[in-house]
Amino acid sequence: MTAKDLRHPIKVARGLGSSRSGVGHWWMQRVTAAALIVLAVWFVLTVLGLLHADYATARATVAQPWNALLLITFVLTLFWHAALGLQVVVEDYVHTHGRAVCLLVAIRFLAVLGALASVLAVLRIALTH
Amino acid sequence: MADTRRPLSPHLQVYRWQVQMVSSILHRATGVALAIGSVLVVAGLLALAGGEQCFDAFRHVAGSPLGMLLLFGWSWALFYHLCNGIRHLIQDAGAGYAIAQFVRSSWISIGVSIVLTLLTWAYVLTAGGAA
Repeated sequence: MTAKDLRHPIKVARGLGSSRSGVGHWWMQRVTAAALIVLAVWFVLTVLGLLHADYATARATVAQPWNALLLITFVLTLFWHAALGLQVVVEDYVHTHGRAVCLLVAIRFLAVLGALASVLAVLRIALTH
Repeated sequence: MADTRRPLSPHLQVYRWQVQMVSSILHRATGVALAIGSVLVVAGLLALAGGEQCFDAFRHVAGSPLGMLLLFGWSWALFYHLCNGIRHLIQDAGAGYAIAQFVRSSWISIGVSIVLTLLTWAYVLTAGGAA
């Protein structure tokens, strides 16, 4: 800020650094982690339950309303948590600004793509069963 | 080339190896591995939605030796990230920060994750082999 700058210092700080989001990232990483404790255990148990199931049984299981709902919740939470975690890894270890920005955008894109593809698959199974 | 010429963390070479360091590094490494492994979840769901032939192909790949090896690795990564994640949540709540507790909980994360992985695969293999 120069002497000619008539803006209040808070105007310069807003939108930069942690003043943009505060603890939002940290908090959502914990919230999604707490949800994933339950959802991931449920997912593993469900997959183990389908170990020797034939195609029709596996599809019917996924098509059940509660399973479809929990599965969609699981994949959305999973990709949200993964995107937040990978973001921290990139921010910590990629020290070239341009490369870091590209990776952060790529992570977001891939996470949204993965989440939406999974949701679409579950909906297709649940609604066309 | 990094944007700065000053030394950048982590300065792993100046530390003596200790279990808290291993549990921390493993948490990040398993997190990255699981993010990559999530492709398998998407692939499985897409295969199931895509029809019986698609799903059989997915099962064939997942049940192959390489597939089983990856599944074994991912299952341990999941259980480790789960156990150590719970440990981190407890620490976020402000508990378990004494050095002795910190070291012990690191070993517990590692130990419990190995036990859960072995139990899971004992079930998979005794229930009649590959998926």
